[in-house]
Amino acid sequence: MKHLLSVTDLDAAAATGLLDTSDRLKQALLGREVRKLPTLRGRTVITLFYEDSTRTRVSFEVAGKWMSADTVNVSAKGSSVSKGESLRDTGLTLSAMGADCVIVRHPASGAAHRLAAWSDQDRDATGTHTSVVNAGDGTHEHPTQALLDAATLRDRLGSVAGRRIGIVGDVLHSRVARSNVFLLATLGAEVVLVAPPTLLPVGVEQWPCRVGPELDAELPTLDAVMMLRVQAERMHGSFFPSAREYAVGYGLSQERAALLPEHAVVLHPGPMMRGMEIAPAVADSPGAAILAQVRNGVHVRMAVLYHLLAGAPE
Amino acid sequence: MADDRRGDEAGKHPPARELLSAADVTRTIARIAHQIIEKTAGSPEAGVVLIGIPTRGTPLARRLAAAVAEFGGTAPAVGSVDPTLYRDDLRRRPARPLEDTVVPEGGFDDKLVVLVDDVLMSGRTVRAALDALSDHGRPRAVQLAVLVDRGHRELPIRADYVGKNVPTSRDEQIRVLLTETDDRDAVLLRRSAPSPAGESPAGESPAGASSTGPGEDA
Repeated sequence: MKHLLSVTDLDAAAATGLLDTSDRLKQALLGREVRKLPTLRGRTVITLFYEDSTRTRVSFEVAGKWMSADTVNVSAKGSSVSKGESLRDTGLTLSAMGADCVIVRHPASGAAHRLAAWSDQDRDATGTHTSVVNAGDGTHEHPTQALLDAATLRDRLGSVAGRRIGIVGDVLHSRVARSNVFLLATLGAEVVLVAPPTLLPVGVEQWPCRVGPELDAELPTLDAVMMLRVQAERMHGSFFPSAREYAVGYGLSQERAALLPEHAVVLHPGPMMRGMEIAPAVADSPGAAILAQVRNGVHVRMAVLYHLLAGAPE
Repeated sequence: MADDRRGDEAGKHPPARELLSAADVTRTIARIAHQIIEKTAGSPEAGVVLIGIPTRGTPLARRLAAAVAEFGGTAPAVGSVDPTLYRDDLRRRPARPLEDTVVPEGGFDDKLVVLVDDVLMSGRTVRAALDALSDHGRPRAVQLAVLVDRGHRELPIRADYVGKNVPTSRDEQIRVLLTETDDRDAVLLRRSAPSPAGESPAGESPAGASSTGPGEDA
C-alpha cells in the first residue's frame, strides 16, 4: 500500500487486514504504562489541514507519536497557504523536507488524489517516497473514518458482514457517508440510506446500498445506525425548511431510538450537533459508541501508518 | 529467516528429513517441562509465566504449561508477546501482519518469565521479544526455551532450555510443525532450493500474508 486515498482501493482482504492490525495494536498497548512503540522511529509524518478538525488531526498525531514517528502539523491558517501557495507546491515542499507521509484534508474533492499523483511524479524524478493519506477531501471520501466505524461495529456486533446498517441525514455533503457505504458494502454489510430527498447525491442509485423512504420504518430492522452531521458550512442554499423540521423528520430522538433493536449500535462521526441530528440522551446512552469510535480512531490510524510506513517501500 | 518456514510447495523443494517425529516432539516438551520445574524450583508459587512468541511459540508455551502442571503440580500462567513491532528488519520487507499479544492476568512484574519459541537462529526475534516484554512490565528474570537451536547466532543470546541442538548450514531450512497450526507434530530439515528473488511470505496488501507462516528468524 503506497497511499490511502479511497476505500474503493481496498478489497475485503485488505480492509480486514487493516482492521486486524488495528485490533492487534490495541491489544499490544492494552494496560501499558508506557504507550510507545518503536516501530516508526525516524519516520516523519506531516498533517496538512486546509479545514478545521479536532479528532482526525489529533488522532493521526497521537497515532504517529505512539509509534515513535516525528509528527508535524501544518494548517492552512498560519502557513504559506494563506500567502497563496498552491497545494502542489506546499506538498512538494513537505516532501523535500523529508516527509515520509503527508496526511491531507482539503475542501476540494479529489485533492488527495492530485497530491498523490504529484508525489509519485516527484518520486520518479527525485527518488523521495512520500505516502499520501486522505483525511477528508471535500464531499468525496474520508477513508480512515469509515475504517474506524467498521472497527467499532466489529467490536460491538462481532462482525460487519451480514449486518444491516442505516446511514441517516446529510448524505449529499458527507464524505463519511460515501466512504462508509463503499467500505461496509465491501465488508459484506447491507447499507440503507435515509435522507431528505434534497440531501441525496445524484447517482446514489448506483451506490451499493438501498435508499429508505422513512426512518421510523427502517429503525426496527437495523443493527446499527449512523447519524450524520448537517454540514451547514457546505450548504449554500436551502435544503430543508428549518432546523426544527429536520430534527423532527431525521433526528434520532429518544422515542425513535426506542424503535431500534436491543443490540443496535448508535454511531456518529462527530462533531455532534446535539438536539439537531441526535438527542443528547441518545448520544450519552449505553447503545451509543461515539467515544468508542474516537478510541478506535487512534488504533485504526496507527494501523494505516504501520501498513504505509513500517515495511520496505514498494 | 522467512525461508526457514516456507510452506510445502510440492516439487519446489528437495525432500525433507525428519529430525523429530511426533513422539519425539512430545518427549522433548516433557523433558523441557521437567527442566523448567527443576530450574525454577526456588521461585514462589505462581511466580513463573510462560510467554510464547507467535506463531508456533504460543502453542508450545501452552503445551509446556500443561506438562509443568502435570509433573510439578502448579500450572504456570501462559501468554504471548508479538515482537513484530520491535523488529530491526521491518524496513527490509513489506509490512507484515501482527500477531496476538496476550498479557496474562497479573502481568509480568516480578515474575520469572520463560520465553518460548520453536526455532532459535539469529537471536533477533528474541531480542525484539525482550524489548516488547520490558515495555509491558519488569520481570524478575527472563529465561528462554526453544524446541530447536540451529546455531548461526548474530547476537549474544543463549537459550536456557533446548529441545534439540541441530548444527545446520545457512542454506538449510528447519520447519517445525505443530498440530495447532499444521497437520501434525514434526521437525523437518531440508536443503533449501534457491528461492526466486522477491518471493516473500508477506504480500503487498495488508492481509496478503498468511497468518500461520510469518517469517520469524527466531
